[in-house]
Amino acid sequence: MKRFIALALVLATVMILGAPLLALAQEAPAATAEAAAAPALVPDPSGTAIGGISDIVGGSPNAPTKEEVEKMAADKDAMLTKVADVAGHNKIAINMSWTLVCGFLVMFMQVGFALCETGFTRAKNASHTMAMNIMVYGIGLLGYWICGYALQMGGGGGSATLGGTMGLLNNEFTINLFGKDFGLFGLKGFFLTGDSYDVSIAALFLFQMVFMDTAATIPTGAMAERWSFKSFLLYGFFMSGIAYPLYANWLWGGGWLSQLGANFGLGHGTLDFAGSSVVHMTGGVAALAGAWMLGPRIGKYKPDGTPNAIPGHHIPMAVTGVLILAFGWFGFNTGSTLAGTDLRIGMIATNTMLASAAGAVSAMCYMMFIYGKPDLSMSANGLLAGLVAITAPCAYVTPTSAVIIGLISGVLLCLSVFFVDQTLKVDDPVGAISVHGTNGAWGLLALGIFADGSYNEGINGVAGTVKGLLYGDGGQFIAQCIGVVTCFVFVFCAFVIYFKIMNNFVPMRVSAEIEQDGLDLHEVGVLAYPDFNLNKTHR
Amino acid sequence: MKKIEAIIKPFKVDEVKEALDKIGCHGMTVTEVKGYGRQKGHMETYRGVEYQVVFNPKAKVEVIVADKLVKDVLAAIQKTANTGSIGDGKIFVTPIEEVMRIRTGETGEAAI
Repeated sequence: MKRFIALALVLATVMILGAPLLALAQEAPAATAEAAAAPALVPDPSGTAIGGISDIVGGSPNAPTKEEVEKMAADKDAMLTKVADVAGHNKIAINMSWTLVCGFLVMFMQVGFALCETGFTRAKNASHTMAMNIMVYGIGLLGYWICGYALQMGGGGGSATLGGTMGLLNNEFTINLFGKDFGLFGLKGFFLTGDSYDVSIAALFLFQMVFMDTAATIPTGAMAERWSFKSFLLYGFFMSGIAYPLYANWLWGGGWLSQLGANFGLGHGTLDFAGSSVVHMTGGVAALAGAWMLGPRIGKYKPDGTPNAIPGHHIPMAVTGVLILAFGWFGFNTGSTLAGTDLRIGMIATNTMLASAAGAVSAMCYMMFIYGKPDLSMSANGLLAGLVAITAPCAYVTPTSAVIIGLISGVLLCLSVFFVDQTLKVDDPVGAISVHGTNGAWGLLALGIFADGSYNEGINGVAGTVKGLLYGDGGQFIAQCIGVVTCFVFVFCAFVIYFKIMNNFVPMRVSAEIEQDGLDLHEVGVLAYPDFNLNKTHR
Repeated sequence: MKKIEAIIKPFKVDEVKEALDKIGCHGMTVTEVKGYGRQKGHMETYRGVEYQVVFNPKAKVEVIVADKLVKDVLAAIQKTANTGSIGDGKIFVTPIEEVMRIRTGETGEAAI
């Protein structure tokens, strides 16, 4: 216990002290560059100054151009100027409201994960699984607040849809290779202080935080029923403060993967609209590394290595969780426009729906075809697989493509579950590795195949819309492949190394006695079902 | 007096109760139990892995009856709990030495 507390303190101190020091080291040069470019940019903690006449540019097909707006704004007293200013403010207000409401929906996905993971595990570990799901929210949030957000978005400049002050996030740590800049991580926004004391930057924090937390809660399912609670707590800080933000920066924070297009002519750089790789594949690969290093649950494999089934204790709970996830996913995907005024949200929401339905149906059909029964847990996983796979391409593809992507994801899920279970012999009670890892990779690739060139003109500084392999842009597909490989190699190595080191200080796995008796009383001190006799004899 | 224990399919409990009521056997104790017999459970698949459901859920019906009723009770249970398929269960008969009604202190067949 003492060693655990000491280690937690050391980790927290390093994160808390290290973050601002890094920021200070980078503050000076950035400040001068900023002064030269736009001296007017100041944070707006009250939200009264954000959004104005300049934000009406490009707001509709006949919106005034930048030049027309500048001409109009010169006459400050004209009624038209004042009305245009209100229109601009309202546009930002719609976008921020949209972003926040969608963020709240994504936060609700925590409920879905908690129910899904707990339902698919055994009754004797229900409190422990629930405890991980609630504390990953608390710990993840604080870790992300300390340094995660800054590392991820501190250099990205955010999105102009939430107002001009997003430009305050302008400090990216880069290295120069082959004469090109490779952005590695951001350095602004630690603790949301200083320039980050701003309504737009805070709104984006909330939205990005719940995404990070989705990734952080994925491994708790794959590693359930045997992971020590202390080891999990430390993992929460590592995931939210360091591992997730780095890869997220490379795609969403202006980092090097997003610049593959501008720097090397590979499409628009690696694109991931709502996080098939950033959120789901990261979570899934971390789950693979964690579950592999933890080893299978006692009784999962027979002496000859063939798997035993360990059915979950509460299938209705798990299915409820899956449906809650599907509901929250509408916020996940449509909210990633960061703009309620971007009407592509209608297509995004519909594509999300279609892919989830197709995933559930194809997984169910596959299981029925092979085993004669639909296997509810696999059908439910199939629904999620469709959602994970459509998360990256949802904004770029047609409804037909969304259905194809979903149908493939359901079958891919089944094959992946069998492969992980029977070939890799990695014990994943809830199927997190296959749902999020395998289909996260498929989602990223699907964008590079099916993007039809109807959306996102000029994204990542490359002219034109986003096109996949089938629509004539092979470069985009290569960029997506690089993204998949990078995600797997980086996240897998990071977590194997992290768990290897940490295991020496805080053992990952509970003792065999605790595992057999159930983790509830021993690890979190409360039984989930104290009024019932639990069936602990079943393996 | 005899105790008659019948391990039957859970959905047959109501029918058995009605039948026993009709032949004058009033009162029974029912417990939810799990077990296996010659059938040795059955196979299911979960996430692509076959597994054996070793212990099947059953209901245990216990009645205490006067000796003269034993034959009728056995016949009634055998008839109503029968589906003709495997797993219909078994009936056990054991002698009972004494019975006492707690409220009144009556003993013997009067207490049944």
